[in-house]
Amino acid sequence: MTNDPTRGSFLIRGAAVLGKERTDLLLQDGRIADIGAGLDAGSATVIDADGLVALPGMVDPHTHLREPGREDAETVETGSRAAALGGYTAVHAMANSSPVADTAGVVEQVFSLGREAGWVDVRPVGAVTVGLAGQQLAELGAMADSRARVRIFSDDGICVSDPVLMRRALEYVKAFDGVIAQHAQEPRLTEGAQMNEGKVSAVLGLAGWPAVAEESIIARDVLLAQHVGSRLHICHVSTAGSVELIRWAKTRGIKVTAEVTPHHLWLTEELVRSYNPVYKVNPPLRAEEDVLALRAALADGTIDVIGTDHAPHPSEAKDCEWAQAAMGMTGLETALSVVQHTMIESGLLDWEGFARVTSATPARIGRLADQGRPLHAGEPANLVLVDPAARWTVDPQAMATKGRNSPFSGRELPGAVIATFFRGHPTVLDGKLNTPDRSRSTAAAAAGGGK
Amino acid sequence: MRHLLSTQDLSLANAIRILDTAEEMAAVGEREVKKLPALRGRTVVNLFFEDSTRTRISFEAAAKRLSADVINFSAKGSSVSKGESLKDTAQTLEAMSADAVVIRHWASGAPQQLATSGWIDAAVINAGDGTHEHPTQALLDAFTMRRHLAALNGTDSVGSDLTGFRVAIAGDVLHSRVARSNVWLLQTLGAEVTLVAPPTLLPVGVEHWPCKVSYDLDSVLESGMDAIMVLRVQAERMNASFFPSTREYSRRWGLDDARLARLDTLGMTDTIIMHPGPMNRGLEISSSAADSPRSTVLAQVRNGVSVRMAALYLLLSGDLRDPVPVYSPASARRPGPAPRSTNETGGNAR
Repeated sequence: MTNDPTRGSFLIRGAAVLGKERTDLLLQDGRIADIGAGLDAGSATVIDADGLVALPGMVDPHTHLREPGREDAETVETGSRAAALGGYTAVHAMANSSPVADTAGVVEQVFSLGREAGWVDVRPVGAVTVGLAGQQLAELGAMADSRARVRIFSDDGICVSDPVLMRRALEYVKAFDGVIAQHAQEPRLTEGAQMNEGKVSAVLGLAGWPAVAEESIIARDVLLAQHVGSRLHICHVSTAGSVELIRWAKTRGIKVTAEVTPHHLWLTEELVRSYNPVYKVNPPLRAEEDVLALRAALADGTIDVIGTDHAPHPSEAKDCEWAQAAMGMTGLETALSVVQHTMIESGLLDWEGFARVTSATPARIGRLADQGRPLHAGEPANLVLVDPAARWTVDPQAMATKGRNSPFSGRELPGAVIATFFRGHPTVLDGKLNTPDRSRSTAAAAAGGGK
Repeated sequence: MRHLLSTQDLSLANAIRILDTAEEMAAVGEREVKKLPALRGRTVVNLFFEDSTRTRISFEAAAKRLSADVINFSAKGSSVSKGESLKDTAQTLEAMSADAVVIRHWASGAPQQLATSGWIDAAVINAGDGTHEHPTQALLDAFTMRRHLAALNGTDSVGSDLTGFRVAIAGDVLHSRVARSNVWLLQTLGAEVTLVAPPTLLPVGVEHWPCKVSYDLDSVLESGMDAIMVLRVQAERMNASFFPSTREYSRRWGLDDARLARLDTLGMTDTIIMHPGPMNRGLEISSSAADSPRSTVLAQVRNGVSVRMAALYLLLSGDLRDPVPVYSPASARRPGPAPRSTNETGGNAR
């Protein structure tokens, strides 16, 4: 197995780790073997990282890979390719597939597909309730004990609106250190909702999705989490009011974490005036003051992580009337650039902070031991090299995801992923897909005679 | 201007242009032969994704009086049962070389999507989309008001606007495309608009609109109005708790017999009563109000054909695509005291 690319070693020459001092990193046997100035390359392949920033591989707590069931929209293979290109080494695949990921069988299937693809760690999210129906708990323990070792549970796309069911779920997952990731949307307040309720919806005649529908659920759930002493994660926070509630909960010591999407850090409801369904998303694009509050909250730690809510859709789901269009936007391949634009170039966050919100904290929320680790000697070699000076124009047709529904289409963005190392293996080199890490696929296991 | 999609983006000059052209078209309707050769050989498609016999026959009559070929395309589909997609329908019409598409759709924004998607090259006229806009309805309402004002002043309505004209729009503003189109157009024409509705039937964000807002129809009437436009209220709204009962709605926001009589008591002899139809007699408007000499309901229907002829003619002849001369307000202005404001104005109305 001397040609096994995962066994190859790489010397990254002169990368600015977390945007700070330049140093060399030697990657060997899937780990960072050494770090420091002037390392000897030996037989390692040298990668010139002059001008590049080295960051821990990004971890997405919130991705829709659509498989099984909607392979026309995305597959684990295409979605995880997109993730690698976006600088990710791990993604959490949301449970709203078909069949729903509400059993050990389905989550193991998704987990295995991720292993076979070999571009990133694919960690399935388990459904909280059977079929996302909000009626009875799915077998959370079986999913936690499965090979997929599920720790994040979510009915994402649908709110666990029944307060008793939510309470029980929060309590139950304590048995295996799980967390409930809530899609905060009061269903009765958002029946038929099409966009943020406010001055733009009033003019456009589109049914409103009021901020209070998100905030009332968050208020309820942080109190429930406090009452039962459980971990709670809030998906895609989108309003200034939600930020205030989470800030309040954190000052009370409630174990709540919160996520924001790149698109909610930049885009506003004004874009809906075009009636272009590429801007239709759930939760909806909000007002400018919400965007600014979300940025400030991410900077001060009230919001903990970036989650892409990558939601690919086939073109016909967006090439139609606004009211009929599917909700969701792609995000894996633009997340880094959008966060650089909104948070780093605005001075709100440095690269160290970027690593915290895109890697270390999401890995901790998902209990991923080998992800989100600091770039130190001996740590797993999950890292990404970024050219912060690069500028590129978003072209959805050129993306690896099957989804063409990028709201950033045509925009010029800063920052480009030059290389992604997944367990020491370069999944992306020179800004292009390289090869997957097949070392843990079943084929590799068979060829290597197992463990 | 290639399309007529909303009144919000309609300039004062273009609005006056359409209304003035509609006056010329109205003259055609009074002839023995009610037909002009202006659009001979052009194809106008009435594309209706939602039933509306009134609007469709109005556009059909308008197109036929201009000698256009008319195709009626009923593509009914609802959000529940998807019909043919808008894209496929549009491309079909493009293949049939439609020159203008008059579209009625249950989805807000569908006409704008049709006009900007690149699926079709035809001029698009919005004949009502969801709860967004209904620009030709607002134009025919403005046309009706302008004629009324000119008659009172003994002047020619051509070239005039509605400066100082006080209009109350009462009813379900939240779900009304007619109200939205009227608010923008009447504001452009200089009228003063007051919306009157239960707070549940006003959109969040209405405080940003260029009009006053009140919950109290009686005080609005007392403040003096030149036109009262009553909107249709659907009884189904009652089931969604927008108001407790149709009786309570009528008592508080209906133009009933008592309020009709109040107009005389208040000395508002020239105040007109408007309704876009179809009316719910006994709910938002009483029969005696609907049938009173103040009512312009039938004039509105008649004027609708003229306004739609004007819109079709101007869009297809290209007259609205060229820069138009700078509009200068005509000398015809309403004399008399400055209009008073209502007691309750916007700001906190949600």
